[in-house]
Amino acid sequence: MTTTDLPEPGKLPDVDVDPSAFRHLADAQVNVELDTGDMVLNIGPQHPATHGTLRLVVRLDGERVIAADPIIGYMHRGYEKLTEFRTYPQITTLINRIDWLSSFANEVPFISAAESLMSIEAPPRAQYIRTILTELSRIATFLLFLGEMGLQVGAITPAFYGFRDREYVLNLIEAVTGGRFHPNFNRIGGLKDDLPWGFIADCRGTMQKVLASCDEFEDLVAGNPIFQARTRSIGIIPAELGAAYGVSGSNLRASGVDWDLRRDGVPYLVYNDLDWKVWTHPDGDSFARYWVRLQETRESARMVLQMLDMLPAGPIMAKVPRIIKVPEGEVFVNTENPLGEMGYYVISKGATGPFRVKIRSASFSNVSILPWLLRGVYIPDIITILAGLYFILGDIDR
Amino acid sequence: MNPVLALDIGWGTTLAIKAVIVLAIVPLTALILGYVFLLKMMSHMQSRLGPMDPGGFHGWYQLLGDGIKFLQKEDIMPAEADRRVFALAPAVVVLSTFLVFVVIPAGPRLVVQPLDVGVFYALAVSSLSVIGVLMAGWASSNKYALLGGLRAAAQLIAYELPLVLAVVGVVVQAGTMNLEGIVHFQQTGELFGWSGIGFPLILTQFIGFALFMVAAQAELTQPPFDMPVAESELVAGYMVEYTGFRFLFFFIGEFGTAFAFAALAATLFLGGWATPWVHGTAADWLGPLVLFTKVMLVAFLMFWARFTYPRFREDQLQAIAWKWLIPIALFNIMLTGVLKVAF
Repeated sequence: MTTTDLPEPGKLPDVDVDPSAFRHLADAQVNVELDTGDMVLNIGPQHPATHGTLRLVVRLDGERVIAADPIIGYMHRGYEKLTEFRTYPQITTLINRIDWLSSFANEVPFISAAESLMSIEAPPRAQYIRTILTELSRIATFLLFLGEMGLQVGAITPAFYGFRDREYVLNLIEAVTGGRFHPNFNRIGGLKDDLPWGFIADCRGTMQKVLASCDEFEDLVAGNPIFQARTRSIGIIPAELGAAYGVSGSNLRASGVDWDLRRDGVPYLVYNDLDWKVWTHPDGDSFARYWVRLQETRESARMVLQMLDMLPAGPIMAKVPRIIKVPEGEVFVNTENPLGEMGYYVISKGATGPFRVKIRSASFSNVSILPWLLRGVYIPDIITILAGLYFILGDIDR
Repeated sequence: MNPVLALDIGWGTTLAIKAVIVLAIVPLTALILGYVFLLKMMSHMQSRLGPMDPGGFHGWYQLLGDGIKFLQKEDIMPAEADRRVFALAPAVVVLSTFLVFVVIPAGPRLVVQPLDVGVFYALAVSSLSVIGVLMAGWASSNKYALLGGLRAAAQLIAYELPLVLAVVGVVVQAGTMNLEGIVHFQQTGELFGWSGIGFPLILTQFIGFALFMVAAQAELTQPPFDMPVAESELVAGYMVEYTGFRFLFFFIGEFGTAFAFAALAATLFLGGWATPWVHGTAADWLGPLVLFTKVMLVAFLMFWARFTYPRFREDQLQAIAWKWLIPIALFNIMLTGVLKVAF
């Protein structure tokens, strides 16, 4: 499929058809008294499948979707504006809450942006610990997805397994940072604290558990024939169209695009020291997205195990002035977050806080393909597609 | 047939006693299934800690707490609802469950009303619940409820056929539609010429048993066939507008019907109340216990599937019913007929 066959991005098909226009048709003559017009169904903002407050206005013919229109903004908290009234260390508290499932990974690009403006580099040990925590938050996010997807397809049990296994990883993050969801652990020039006593042994044990639970999910969910019947060839995103809409991360890799900012972007953290692989899947359907995330969870666990062996000794903070003032300048830093590409465009005018911050969040771009993707599917497929895209409302609305 | 209570108490009193027993059995069985499977087995399978906590030993208080919670809830009726139909719908659902229990024998002389067309009657009244579901879906004046109700109607009609056809094999082999007669056939039958332990029909009707379990699962709208309630899509389908006691009615109907279908499966395929070498008065006392054990065994299978599988899509469900279950059931009937004539 080439891009020329596809509709223009963001353009909905013309659906305002008057049903009475078809009344002259032969079969319509019989049921001329019956109004078989379309039904408009409002999915959300309060609906269990929308992970928060996404609203979908769906126009239905029976159970088939004619047009779907996602309406966002129910959770807009104005973080881009709020950053203009905060100092740099205060802003990490805010950006923890953008994608609340992988808060630590959110902090990294912003802190890197500030560090690059100030020409500071965190010491190697801090870089390693940052990478470990980023991968841990990726594992926590994906474990939730692996269970959650099962729930949305109708199996209750995987959801509990997902939450249970994520708990082990959250315990690790809590042991290091003191916060389970909002660590607020990065500092400009390093980290707040070193790893706690016994962390390395605990982390090794937990990573083995994660690898075991990935096998369990592969058996219980991905290998289930009903799950495959529900997700295979549902919600196919063609690679060119996905890229044109700005879909990123695992969603794009599931469409066969071999692109991962950890490997292909500006080098950040210590990913270049590690031996790892970028997983792709040629199909681009919901099952491919599940499969890619399953493999990436395993890959992250293996990366953490490698980093625990390679962890260098040394300080965790570089020399940083007491009062942080960022010199004038502009910088854009983007990283590969669990949900996709996340970037911060920071403009500094030399004050203690930024002049302007533009946040490029992954979910916002990922859901923009929904009107195109949801056309012609059945109601149950809406739910699998939403679950497969895996967005966080805080990441859409900011 | 001699009545168990050999007292001359008149038909009116007997009828009253029977009515009370049936009325008591349905909520009781629903509670038992809800407690044993929904709260305990599911908690163990899913590493759920919540339902294991309240009240100390194995969370025995949880069910009581749930019940009290339902009674406390405000009884809300949507302003646009069709009030009479809305109020009547849960009662219709529970009624169909009550009616099934009438013909299930729990012992050699322990049955509310023996019927010569018992199998036919049980399957017929069990499908009455679809009317209640459709009423609930329509009267709620809610689009989700309407979608759920229509899905339920389409699904229950599609699965009524394999359910009946799956049982035909049993009827052909036993030569009767009377449930007591079927149990009697299984108790006195010969296993390879040896009449020791009777002849549970699952040994020859295993295809029928599998079909019956699948179709019953769809009739009960349990996963993998729970599209009418589908929490993640339709929130709760036809039940979405129901609260408090009316919702509890649907709950009782769901689990009571699960028990009724498990009891039917136990009676038709596993020999019902019959135990090897137990006859007479001992069977009167042991019968209900044996039946209960077999019912729990069948219900375990049902709930095991419920907690394990994801949900099919509506069109996939119809394809399974019409393309697979019904042809297999017809083949099973043909095979049974040929073998019955041959041997």
